[in-house]
Order: sequence, then C-alpha cells, then structure tokens
Amino acid sequence: MESKSDLPQGTLDLLILKVATLGPVHGYAIAQRLQQVSRDVVQVPQGSLYPALHRLENRGLLAAEWKETETGREAKFYRLTRKGRTQLESETANWQRLTEAVGLILRLSEGGAQ
Amino acid sequence: MSWWHRLLRRRRMEEQLEKELRFHIEEHTKDLIGHGYAPVEARRQARLTLGGPEQVKENCRDARGTRWVEDLAQDVRYALRTLRHKPGFAAVALCTLALGIGATTVVFTVMNGVLLKPLAYPEPDRLVAIHQRTEKYGEQWGISNPDFLDCRRESRTLAVGAWGYGGGTVVEPGAAEYVEGRQISAELFRIFGVKLPLGRAFLPAEDQPGAAPVAIISEGLWRQRYGGQTAAIGMPLVFDGKAYTVVGVAPGGFQLDGEADVFTPLGQVTEVRMQNRDANFLRMVARLNPGITPAEAQAELAIISDHLAAEYPRSNAGRSFRGEPLRRELAGNVRPALWLLLGAVSVVLLIACVNVASILLARAVSRERELAMRVALGAARGRLVRQCFTESAVLGLLGGTLGVLLAAAGIRPFIVFWPGSLPRAAEIHLDWRVLLFAVGASLGSGFLFGIAPALRVPAGGLDRALRAGARTVAGGSRRLHSGFVAFEIALAVVLLAAAGTLSRAILRLSKQDAGINIHNALTTRVALSPGIFENPAQMRAAWREIIDAARRVPGVQAAALSDIIPMRGGINSLGYWTTPTSPASSQVPLALASSVTPDYLRVMGIPLRQGRFFNDHDRGNTEPVIVIDEVLAQHAFPGQDAVGKRLWVHALGPAPVRVVGVVGHVRHWGLADDDQSQLRDQMYYPFAAVPNSLMHLFSGFMTLAVRTSVPPLTVLTPLRHDLHGATGDQVLYDVRTMEQLSSASLARQRFLTVLFGIFAGTALVLACIGIYGVLAYLANQRVPEIGVRMALGATAADVVRLVMRETCVMVIAGAGAGIAGGLAAAGLLRRAVTGVGALEPLTIAVVVGVLAAAASAASFLPARRASRTDPVRALRQE
Repeated sequence: MESKSDLPQGTLDLLILKVATLGPVHGYAIAQRLQQVSRDVVQVPQGSLYPALHRLENRGLLAAEWKETETGREAKFYRLTRKGRTQLESETANWQRLTEAVGLILRLSEGGAQ
Repeated sequence: MSWWHRLLRRRRMEEQLEKELRFHIEEHTKDLIGHGYAPVEARRQARLTLGGPEQVKENCRDARGTRWVEDLAQDVRYALRTLRHKPGFAAVALCTLALGIGATTVVFTVMNGVLLKPLAYPEPDRLVAIHQRTEKYGEQWGISNPDFLDCRRESRTLAVGAWGYGGGTVVEPGAAEYVEGRQISAELFRIFGVKLPLGRAFLPAEDQPGAAPVAIISEGLWRQRYGGQTAAIGMPLVFDGKAYTVVGVAPGGFQLDGEADVFTPLGQVTEVRMQNRDANFLRMVARLNPGITPAEAQAELAIISDHLAAEYPRSNAGRSFRGEPLRRELAGNVRPALWLLLGAVSVVLLIACVNVASILLARAVSRERELAMRVALGAARGRLVRQCFTESAVLGLLGGTLGVLLAAAGIRPFIVFWPGSLPRAAEIHLDWRVLLFAVGASLGSGFLFGIAPALRVPAGGLDRALRAGARTVAGGSRRLHSGFVAFEIALAVVLLAAAGTLSRAILRLSKQDAGINIHNALTTRVALSPGIFENPAQMRAAWREIIDAARRVPGVQAAALSDIIPMRGGINSLGYWTTPTSPASSQVPLALASSVTPDYLRVMGIPLRQGRFFNDHDRGNTEPVIVIDEVLAQHAFPGQDAVGKRLWVHALGPAPVRVVGVVGHVRHWGLADDDQSQLRDQMYYPFAAVPNSLMHLFSGFMTLAVRTSVPPLTVLTPLRHDLHGATGDQVLYDVRTMEQLSSASLARQRFLTVLFGIFAGTALVLACIGIYGVLAYLANQRVPEIGVRMALGATAADVVRLVMRETCVMVIAGAGAGIAGGLAAAGLLRRAVTGVGALEPLTIAVVVGVLAAAASAASFLPARRASRTDPVRALRQE
C-alpha cells in the first residue's frame, strides 16, 4: 500500500459521476473500477464512497434502482441522470481549467529556476 | 425519492442501507478469496477496507438531509419521557405556564377583536371617521349638517356620508315599543360596502326634505314584527308618530355606535338645527376614493376647512376637519386599558417563566455530570444545547396548549365582566391570530426559561465536572438562582404597586362628592305618545301630566324633568358671553346646558348657593332666566356676585338671560373624569322656555327623575303603570338609579383595580412558590456545609438565620428594583386612567410589607428543615 495518493477534496463526487456514465453500476463495482482505472494510484476511501453515493442520489444527480447482478444477486445500481450529466460536464470543464492553470504555473516556476 | 419519502420511509431506508453494505462486503470477500486469501482473512480484509459499519451508516444517514427532523423527534420523545418521570415537576411547571399563557391569551384575544382585526367591511382600511378639531376644545366627534353637506359636495378624494342618533316608538305593526334609530345619509351603506339582504338602500332623491318617508329596518325588527317575510318590503312602519314605507332590511350586526332598529333618511329631517353650523350632532364617515392616499384626503380636508372658515368665520373659524382610520375610532378609549392589561399579564407570564427557569436550572445542575459524561463520549455540544431547548419548547407548548384551553373558557366571562359595552364585542373570538400569538408566547417562554439550563451544557473542564462526583458544583448556580428570585420579587412589586395605586385611586374617588344626592333617586326616559308630535301644546301638557302622575305615586317625594342626567353621558353644550358682541364660536366658552323643570334641584339634591332656582312662573314669555353653577360663576364673574348679572347665550335667543341663582357643581362626567373634563361650566334653563319649534326635538331628550322615600327601583312598576299616557302608547325606557350611574362612572377604574389585584396576587403567589423552591433547593445543596457548621456548634437558630439572611438579600435587591419599576408603572397608569395619582410612600410601604411577609413565610419552611439537619448524617452523606 505504499505511495498511494489521497484524493483531492471534492473530486470523489466527480469520479463517481464519471464512472456512472458507463451505465447502471453498483457501489462495489464503482470502487473496483476507480481503483483499476487509476492503476491503483488513487486510494478510494471506501468508507466515504457510500455517503457520497447517497448524497448524489439525494441531489438528483444519480438515480438508484435495485436489480439483479449477472450472478443473480440483488444490488443497488446507480445510473447518471440528466441533471447529473450536466453537472459532470461542467465539473469536468472546471477541473480541466484548474489543472491546466496549475500545470502552467508549475511549468512557469520551473522555467524561472533555470 | 423526495425529502418527505426519505423522512417517512425511514425503516425501509435503513434496511436497504444494511443490504447495500452487506452486498459490498460479500462481493469484496469473494474477490479476495479469488485472489487466494483464506475466507476468514478475506472477510476481515473486506470489512477493514470499508471501515466501521456504524460510522459509515451514520454518514449515509447524514447524507439523507432528514437528520434534524429525526433528531427533533428523538429529543421530543426524550423530553416527554423526562416529564413523565417527574410528574410533580411537570404539574407545577405546566400549571404555572398555563396560567401565564392563558391570561395573556385572554387579553390578547380581546385586543385582537377590538384593536387589531380589520373591520368586517370590504377594504376596511379605506374607511375614515372625520372629526373636527378646535383650538379651544380639541378633538370633537360631532359635525354640523351644513358642514357635512359642504364637505360631501366639495370633496374629490372621499365619498362622504353622515348619520345622527334618533330613536322613537314603533306602534305598528305590533305593540308600542321604544327602539333605537339612526338618521343616515343615502350613501352610508354604500360607503361601508354593506349589502342589504333584502330591499335596497335609500336613493339620493329620498334623502331630501319633503320626500316620501321611507325606512330601512334591522334584521331583528324584520323578523320580530314582519315575521321575516319578503313581503315586508313596501309595508308600512309607524315610527315616531310618522308612517314610513319599508324599503330595505339592514344585515344583522350592522352597527353605528351600537345597533339600531330603524334607519331613516337624514335629509328628510326638518329640525332647525339641520341649518345651524354650531349644532354639531352628526357623525361623519367616509371612504377613500380609489387611488387616494389618506394624506391626500387629509390635505383636501384642510383646504375645505379653510374655505369654510373663510366663508363662515362666526361658526367655523379655528375649526378643522381631521380624518382618522375608522378602526381606531371604534376602539375608542379602551385602547389604553387593554395595553395596560396586556402589560400586566405579560409580567405575570414573565414571573411564571422565571419560576420554571429556576426549576429547570436546578435540574440542569444536577444533570451536569450526565451531560459532561455525554460530551466526553463524543456528543456534540450544539446537539446537547439543542436538546435542552427542545425540552423547554415542549414544556412551553404543552403549557401553552393548556393555556389556550383556559383562555377559551375564560374569554366570555372576561367580556361580560368588562365595564360598559366593549366595542366590537361580537368580533372577539379565538382565531388564527390568537393561536399564532399563543404559539409565539409558548415558544418565547420556552426560549426564555430554556436559556439558563442550556448554557449549563459543559464546554470544557469536563474533568472537573466528572471528578466532582455526587457533590455537584452548586456554587455556580447560586448567584443565578438568587438573581431569579430577586427578579421575580421585582416584577411582583411592580404589579403590587400598580394594584395599590389603583386601589388608592378608587378609595379616594369613591369618597368624592358627586355634587348630588345619589341615594333614592331614579331616572327614566319617557317616549311620548307619537300621536301628539305635531302639536307642541299637547306635548307640553303630556310632560306636565307625567310630572303630576309621577308625584302621585306612593313613595315618590319629588319629580322633575331634565334633558341631561349627570353621569349618564349625553351632552348639550352652549356658548355664552358676558357682553352682547361675542367672538367667533370656536373662541366662545362653552357650558353644559340642562333644560329642567322647577323640582330638579330637589330631586337631585343639588345645593343652592345663592339666589333662587326656577318656579312655575319662569316661562317662555317672561324675562328669560338661567341658573349657573359655581364653576361658571367663577369663570364669568370672578370675585363678583353672579345673581342678577346678564349673560348672552346665542342658542337661547338674541336677548340676554338673567342669572337668578348659583348652584353647586355636579360631577357630570363621573367621579373620576369630571376634574379633567374640558367642559365644566354648567347652566340650567327652564324647560318651559323651550320654544314650540323645538318641542318635538326636546321631547326626544327629556328624562323623568324622581326622588323617593323608598328604595328607588320599587316605584318603577307603579310608574310604568301610571305613566302609559292617555292613548296607552307612552313608554318608559333606559331606567337607571343615580347610584348605578355613579358607580358606573368608576367602573373602568374598579375593573382595572380588580384585574390588577388578581394579577398582583397571582404574581405574589408565583413569586412565593419561586422563593420557596429556590431556597429549598439551595438549602438542600448546603446540607453538608450546614452539617459541618452544626458539628462545630452552630445552633438551629443560627442555621435558620443563615438561610433567612439569603432571603433578606433577595428581597432587598428585588424590592429596590421593583419600586423603581413601580414608579414607572404608576406613571403609565396615571396617564392612561383618569383619577389615578402617583405612587405614594404609604402604598410602597404596604407593598414591601406584604412582600416581605410573604417571602419570609415562603422561606421559613426550607430554613426550618435545614436547621433540623442531623450533623452526623449530613457528614456521612459526603
């Protein structure tokens, strides 16, 4: 478990919404996917995953439904709502602007040092 | 799922949460086993990664957004459970609060109905009462008919109407009976926005001299005399000696200064005073035209007044019209009394709150350890404070509910008990405004008495609270508790001082001389037979016959007529001057003028100071004579002998009148109000001098007064029997003894005194309960200390002194503050209630004495109990 990064504040919601674009998915699958896609770099705090899911559901960004999995078990599947999609788009755009800006600043200070 | 769903389907939400987390762990365990973990280890790992299940669940619950409601419900349940476990505490607290909130709600209900509620007319805020203001006599409600007509014609901002009083005997259909009447201008119903349930209002053409006589009758009269039939429209009504045609029925409850049964067109009245700009006998009502503000209307009224003053300087110089919201006019002079009462009951409620607060505080102190424990175990301080407030709010609302029930039962007796008629009494109900007020008062009280305990929730220093163990940190609340008691005492002193001041006023006022002999005197109005109204000579003869017949009744010593009876209300003011050329009528001094028959002085027992009173020779055709009272004599002829002097009284004719006698002053405006009255000069002139042209008008005013040698009401039946007139339709009405009138003139003061007495008594009892409770509690806290003292040789008397000393400090502090408050309260009373003096030292002494006695009694029991402490047991308790 060495050198795994904690998620920056507020990004968990964004990541969950992104994962949910792939179609109805249950909580455990979201956790798995986040870990796999980030190649185990991002440590998803599982304890805060469910409160985050519930919060997003209450805000109407996710819709939930109880369905059977391929293995025949009943699980709660989350799906992105239209409102959630809009939110995801604007958050993504925000995030990209922010990271670009941070990247610019970081490059600038490197240049200054040289 | 909506917020409401989440709140109401709490159990299902919990089950699903549980299931979702279980699924997660099981899936994860399965994956781990697939990665080669042993099943037990896999399960352990899965759980570890997810985190503490309860904590995750809590966080999920927080995310639902319904948390605070669930907490609230939990707190309310907890509060109710606590109350159930302490029935004694609950009973005391709830009764105290119910009393306080109930009394406050009753007074507010009356205020709501009388002062606050909009009038029951369409767009009630656009209704205006128009008064006159004169430089010399201030606000006057009356308006003269010519002024009304000019106002109505000239105003562009207001729709103006007017009405005057007028009653009479209805002889057909049904039996002869005197009923109240109103003379109204044609537009009056339209101005009020009142629709007639049957028939129509008067037409402008009917509101003219010489038009066909038409009448509108009240719903009550319609049911009683016309059987409530639609056919009543167009039927005849014989009223006041005249045959009218009924054109409409006024809705039940319609009032113009009280209900009336017959409405007739004002414009048809042909009395001389209809042309007289000095005869201010009409009331003017108006509605703001659409889009007009009250200020604009007021500006226009000022222009109209100026214009009239320029045109008719003799009568109108120095007069101006003023509009006032009709609602305020209707409330009239009950406003200050109601505010005083609301103030007084609020003080009682405040004392109740302090009492409950001190009990709650004591409980909070004993719970300090529990609270410290809960904070130590991780409860948030805010959450505990919220719980404290929830408890007091629950207590407040329960008390308030009981209080509203009390108020619902108490409101009718309160209205009945109110002296005189309460304006808009029919509109006084418990409505949503009152309930809102009661909820507000309950929550407000809950907040007030909840502050102190809530602030005891420990923030830091937990270790100290926990280490203190059973020995509570009582010292912390001691000063606050003493402060509570001192505050209660101060409030009780304020109310006691107010009640004392009022009682002193009543004692002083009722000893005052009314200027007449109120014992064994009876007054009754007489409505003459309407058949003789066309004939002044017959009316004179009828009045003479009434006096003679009354005199013949056994037990009657003397009988007389007067148009004005002392202390019954009613006014006829005439301007007088000592030279033939008098200034404008707003500058002329006014005197209350009574038209009387010769025996009036004897009947009323008014002392003759100088000269003579009237005799049967003072008639219209001899030299006009008047008798004046000593106040007028002092004003008109200071330092001189008034008898034989001449006065010019415009209304009695251009010739001067000769003063033939001076009599004592009569407190016409009542025992309390007469001294403050603007109109204190009084004059009397012979009824025989009333000209024929005014005979019909005056016959409507005249009252028969008799002096009896027996209890006055016993002659009423023979009087009724002997005075029904030649045609049997002469009616006696409005019967009062002078004792009743005199006592009624102090009714408001007496009423306030009784209520303030009740409030002050309640305050005193509550304060004593508070003192007892606090001292018992504080003494109990000191048991170990007292034990040590006694072990070291203190006697029982020493201990009693120790506890009582505490009372002394509280009483001195409380009484000091209370006297200051009492002085302020007495100042308010003095301004609001006529005849009330300042707070006297004697009153203060009595109040403080009563309070000190009550406080000592309340603290004696706890003191004695403390003095019986067994030192050994007390020390072992440590």
